[in-house]
Amino acid sequence: MSTLIPPPSKRQRREAQKPREVNIVPKDLPNVLIKFEASDTGKSIGGSLRVPGGITEKQLEELLNKLNGTPDDYVPYSFALKNGDDQIDIKDNLYTSILKPGIKTTEDFLTLVYTPRAVFKVRPVTRASATIAGHGSTILVAQFAPNTSSRMVTGAGDSTARIWDCDTQTVQHTLRGHTNWVLCAVWSPRGDVIATGSMDTTIRLWDTQTGKNIGGPLKGHRKWISSLCWEPLHLVKPGESPKLVSGSEDGTVKVWDTKRRLCLMTMSGHKGAVSCVKWGGSNLIYSGSHDKTIKVWDAKNGRCTQTLKAHAHWVNHLALSTDFALRVGAYDHTGKKPQNEQQERELALKNYNKVARIGGRDSERLVSASDDFTMFLWDPEHSTKPIHRMTGHQKLVNHVSFSPDGRYVASASFDNSVKLWDGITGKFIASLRGHVAPVYQTAWSSDSRLLVSCSKDSTLKVWDIRSRKLLCDLPGHKDEVYAVDWSVDGGKVASGGKDKTVRLWMQ
Amino acid sequence: MAQNDYIEQFVKEHGRRLDFEERKRKKEARESHRIAKDAHRLKGWRGKKFAKKRYSEKVAMKKRIKAHEESKLKGTPKPAAEDGEALPTYLLDREQQNTAKAISSSIKQRRMEKADKYSVPLPRVRGISEEEAFKVVRSGKSKRKSWKRMITKHTFVGEGFTRRPVKMERIIRPAALRQKKANVTHPELGVTVLLPILAVKKNPQSPMYTQLGVLTKGTIIEVNVSELGLVTAGGKVVWGKYAQITNEPDRDGVVNAVLLV
Repeated sequence: MSTLIPPPSKRQRREAQKPREVNIVPKDLPNVLIKFEASDTGKSIGGSLRVPGGITEKQLEELLNKLNGTPDDYVPYSFALKNGDDQIDIKDNLYTSILKPGIKTTEDFLTLVYTPRAVFKVRPVTRASATIAGHGSTILVAQFAPNTSSRMVTGAGDSTARIWDCDTQTVQHTLRGHTNWVLCAVWSPRGDVIATGSMDTTIRLWDTQTGKNIGGPLKGHRKWISSLCWEPLHLVKPGESPKLVSGSEDGTVKVWDTKRRLCLMTMSGHKGAVSCVKWGGSNLIYSGSHDKTIKVWDAKNGRCTQTLKAHAHWVNHLALSTDFALRVGAYDHTGKKPQNEQQERELALKNYNKVARIGGRDSERLVSASDDFTMFLWDPEHSTKPIHRMTGHQKLVNHVSFSPDGRYVASASFDNSVKLWDGITGKFIASLRGHVAPVYQTAWSSDSRLLVSCSKDSTLKVWDIRSRKLLCDLPGHKDEVYAVDWSVDGGKVASGGKDKTVRLWMQ
Repeated sequence: MAQNDYIEQFVKEHGRRLDFEERKRKKEARESHRIAKDAHRLKGWRGKKFAKKRYSEKVAMKKRIKAHEESKLKGTPKPAAEDGEALPTYLLDREQQNTAKAISSSIKQRRMEKADKYSVPLPRVRGISEEEAFKVVRSGKSKRKSWKRMITKHTFVGEGFTRRPVKMERIIRPAALRQKKANVTHPELGVTVLLPILAVKKNPQSPMYTQLGVLTKGTIIEVNVSELGLVTAGGKVVWGKYAQITNEPDRDGVVNAVLLV
């Protein structure tokens, strides 16, 4: 079911008929006064500067790097004009994005907010490098390791999970033990343990090196495990291993000590099934439930600190702006292993702060997707009121994800569209249309420039965030695609679904 | 299969003899003794046959006991049987969509059924001539008149049918060749049930045969399937359903049919 691009509408054809304007920056453009301001700390750098009105993004970048005085490690930036409360992205040059549309004139004082972009660039995946059969049933979940793109875990309906060696495209370990479907599988941020939750109500921990089950099953839940999440690395106390939080269909959230293999806390406040749990970087546990509420729990004592009520139907999924940073823990895109626990914690905290600090204060944002076709953007640390209500979808929203830099939110909905939202204000940005059946999940590339979505129509689609267009269509699966993940270093995309095969995609 | 369940009718009308239960109990109590005696006594081919039957019975019994014991066992159950497709967590509670899918597929199924309503298991039948189906009955004082016919095939005669006066009755349907029930096989479930016939819907030979209720091979009959407990998509019990006759009733003396599903 590869997508045929629909014929241009009448309006589009009329637009094409119009004389096109040529992007030429006039020679006689006067200089403008600008000021640089960091998006995370809110500090301004270099005072006011007089620059030509047609200055390009590249030139702005060079100028800023000079001002920062770091010529040896060149950092790419993206710029946006501060216009009242909202921000206008600068593309190509100052003239075409600001002056020509008449947002500001050359007389005005321009404040440019800069955000560092990823120093590496992920190339879009375009081809299937492997189709690996092995699982005997539908693949329900897929996740790459936090440090490398050569290891990946999938959970399937044949009650096994498998660790794959993505370089040789073979199975490395088959994790046998569960007696029913493996519904969720997550790597710990250290990358040494995988936790799987199953339909048989148990959680199992696996050593990723040997593929052995660590101890027996963690029992406690009375119904199937719907979601698992690891404790962020920077919160782990010295000498301990990260804890695990699990949400279940029976409405409880449990925190597990993975070393002593004990249930430390059981949080039972939800009146319905728990659909998603997240462990935030400020030591709060968020749980969304079918009882329409999101509860915020203090991970220290298990007390419910807040109940966020706004949704009118089930809460399907939660995403934190720091999700990616918490997932990779201490690793960066090079996948270098930290030397000791102390350094590991520091690196993890650094990764976390990079996304969590906005305008000089910690603000870990939460976005919740619901069956009532809307999403809410929250700042649960500071307020019980939502920042913004994100409406626009015409059917239920199944999955939301923050981009790794926290600037965008992508939502996958059953109305066949993926929508893009501003991750800070919650404003609508664009609608990515192309799928012809419900979209199940999305995954971001680690440089936040690309997005991949999987759908019931058996295709994956890669979207370019900057141009907001379909970049690449990836047909190949023979049935619905249930799970997709982009590796942390951006090299590979893995997907799996109803046709029982795992596919790896590369550029 | 005999048409006349006269024993049941007799029991309904007159009841059983007073010592029936007692005799039955005694007969059952003697059964094991008889089996033991047979096992001891029978020789040759009959002995072999008896031993084989005994053996298969014992195996079946042991299997049943084992299955029963397993169902009572506690502890970890075996891996769940492949009952349906596995679903990711986000689709697990969404049953209404699956049922919607089922409904739409059932509607499609029904439409298809309507389209090939007449694609039946037996598409072609042998032609039956009037000479074969009708026997001329001569009448009149000196048997000169020959306007009466007697059907030589089995027929279905509706409930409450009364023959016409002799001088008016052109076609006679003999009472001995009337059928009220048919052995109907459900092709998917693979079960055969004796069901009452409701009507003859179509006899492929000729519309006249349909009118007369002649039962020949390939005839579509309507049978009462309320015993089978079939349910429509809307949840109502299906009462009448079509079936096609698969044998030649005048050869076998019974009507065998296959249900059209």
